[in-house]
Amino acid sequence: MSEQAILPVDAAPEVEVEGAPATRVRSYWQSVLYRLRHDWITMVFGAIVLAIILIAIAAPLIAPFDPYQQSIIGRLKPFGWRGHPWGTDELGRDMMSRLIYGGRISLLMGLAPVLVATIIGGALGVIGGFAGRIVNTAIMRTMDVFYAFPSVLLAVAISGAMGGGVFTGIISLSLVFIPAMCRIAETATAQIKILDYIEAARASGAGTLTIVRHHVLGNVLGPVFIYASSLVSVSILLASGLSFLGLGVQPPEPDWGLMLSTLRQSLYVDPLGCAMPGVAIFVTSICFNLVSDGVRSAMDVRE
Amino acid sequence: MLGYIIRRILFAIPIAIGVSIVCFSLVYLAPGDPLQTVLPPDATAETIAIVKHAYGFDRPIPVQYAIWLWHVVQGDFGRSIATQRPVTLEVFGSVANTAMLGLFSVPISFALGFGMGAVAGCFPGRMIDRIVTGAAVIGVSLPNYWLGLVLVILFAVEYMILPASGMGQTGSANFNLFHWSDAQFLVLPVVTLTMIPIGIIARTTRAAVAEVRSQDFVTTLRAMGLGEGAVIRHVLKNASPQVLAVMGLQFGYLMGGSILVETVFTWPGSGFLLNKAIINRDIPVLQGTILALSLIFVATNLVVDLLQALFDPRIRRS
Repeated sequence: MSEQAILPVDAAPEVEVEGAPATRVRSYWQSVLYRLRHDWITMVFGAIVLAIILIAIAAPLIAPFDPYQQSIIGRLKPFGWRGHPWGTDELGRDMMSRLIYGGRISLLMGLAPVLVATIIGGALGVIGGFAGRIVNTAIMRTMDVFYAFPSVLLAVAISGAMGGGVFTGIISLSLVFIPAMCRIAETATAQIKILDYIEAARASGAGTLTIVRHHVLGNVLGPVFIYASSLVSVSILLASGLSFLGLGVQPPEPDWGLMLSTLRQSLYVDPLGCAMPGVAIFVTSICFNLVSDGVRSAMDVRE
Repeated sequence: MLGYIIRRILFAIPIAIGVSIVCFSLVYLAPGDPLQTVLPPDATAETIAIVKHAYGFDRPIPVQYAIWLWHVVQGDFGRSIATQRPVTLEVFGSVANTAMLGLFSVPISFALGFGMGAVAGCFPGRMIDRIVTGAAVIGVSLPNYWLGLVLVILFAVEYMILPASGMGQTGSANFNLFHWSDAQFLVLPVVTLTMIPIGIIARTTRAAVAEVRSQDFVTTLRAMGLGEGAVIRHVLKNASPQVLAVMGLQFGYLMGGSILVETVFTWPGSGFLLNKAIINRDIPVLQGTILALSLIFVATNLVVDLLQALFDPRIRRS
């Protein structure tokens, strides 16, 4: 089947056929946006993601209490106790405020590694894919070695050896994501590189840098962006997992994974409160997942 | 085929060496001196020099690596700093316990994930497809350490029908798989572990089956008068290489990534050992566990590649 046959009627392809009746022509990105706007599942969950991010940013304005304020008499209190809407944690701190503040570090640790890995892994992949030969072998074989570790194991090993902390957590998760990102970028670049128009550009005197900037990057960006968006939810899960193991965020800093780990001690006393931070991780992760699915199908012309 | 097998095995060797280099360099990632945990804080420069010499830390790093690798090849990972037992014994016992979880979680998650994905892929857009796709998204988004806690709250705290943690009174040495009093300890960890692989495998299978079904040869098969059952058999066979690749990754995850679930259930497996080693800053155990698990992962990938070539002759020739 040709691409045109599957495209929605109104999302006309970029190519303007000579002599065809003048229709509204959308660029690729306009048609992606068009499809996204009409995908209500993605729009709804995208709005929730936006809300979660805004709540985390505006935490000091929204949180009803100080997230560090402890109270010896008010430990593990139920919902609504003395104005604490979601009760208190094992040190008497307000649960709602801690969950709101917790989003800040949890989201940071989820998003930062994906960003770092996209930039470094993407750059390495484009260099490897375009340069070919020895450079490609050197980069891709090194990536193969890191690919040979199960992702959780590599993250835990690196942050464990480096002694934990938010910064080491971000570094170790970035290292986990770089190889896969590099492979995606390398495959896309290698596919583009052999096409005729690259040859034509070279023949007309364009330098390597110009070719990469004008002809390669635009084509690599799509697959890389799709993959990066699917990594965000994985990254949030792994980052919270590191904090859960005590390798990420350190107490008394509020973070969802760490809260889950410290509340675990009170499992038998306050099972509901103990499950709350997990709900936050789960909701965030599922929203990012669904948005990423929507973006993927909007950007994938074949679907 | 034989040529492919040999090439693929030769390809795995440099990767295994690279993996061993990464494991070895973990010592140097640790902040401070690797000897910090062994030496008393008030050790004199002379004592430090003697201990350094005894551990071989005064030699050039490549020489240290060669010596370490030579011992590792012979199955000697050194002794645990925390327990003074040989690392090989500790790693072996813990990997065996993790494998026991894998014995159940691998077949359950592979069969369920593949079955769900295949059914959904055969009826794209229908109700059953939507249910499977929704369930799969939930599966991949669940933080499994949290799911473990929720299951403990439900089945161990509220209803008290299953044990919350550990491997039973007899411990791992006398664990009897065929006796409910021991086997019941497996239920919650196995259920928790299977969720993510089920979700991932179902998604991959659904995508692969749907893609193969839209190819021209399926139309040809139908035109030739094949029944729906026979068509589905062809479709599944063509979708299998893609699914196998993901299953291989998930096998590695179940063997090496169960650290979070094992920590929740204090299951004395490889992940639990790793966690203990990190807390005690027990570098030999850390190195040994990670090396063992990643070599298992390398071997799994090798097997998966060979299986893929068995299913798809095109891979053999490339």
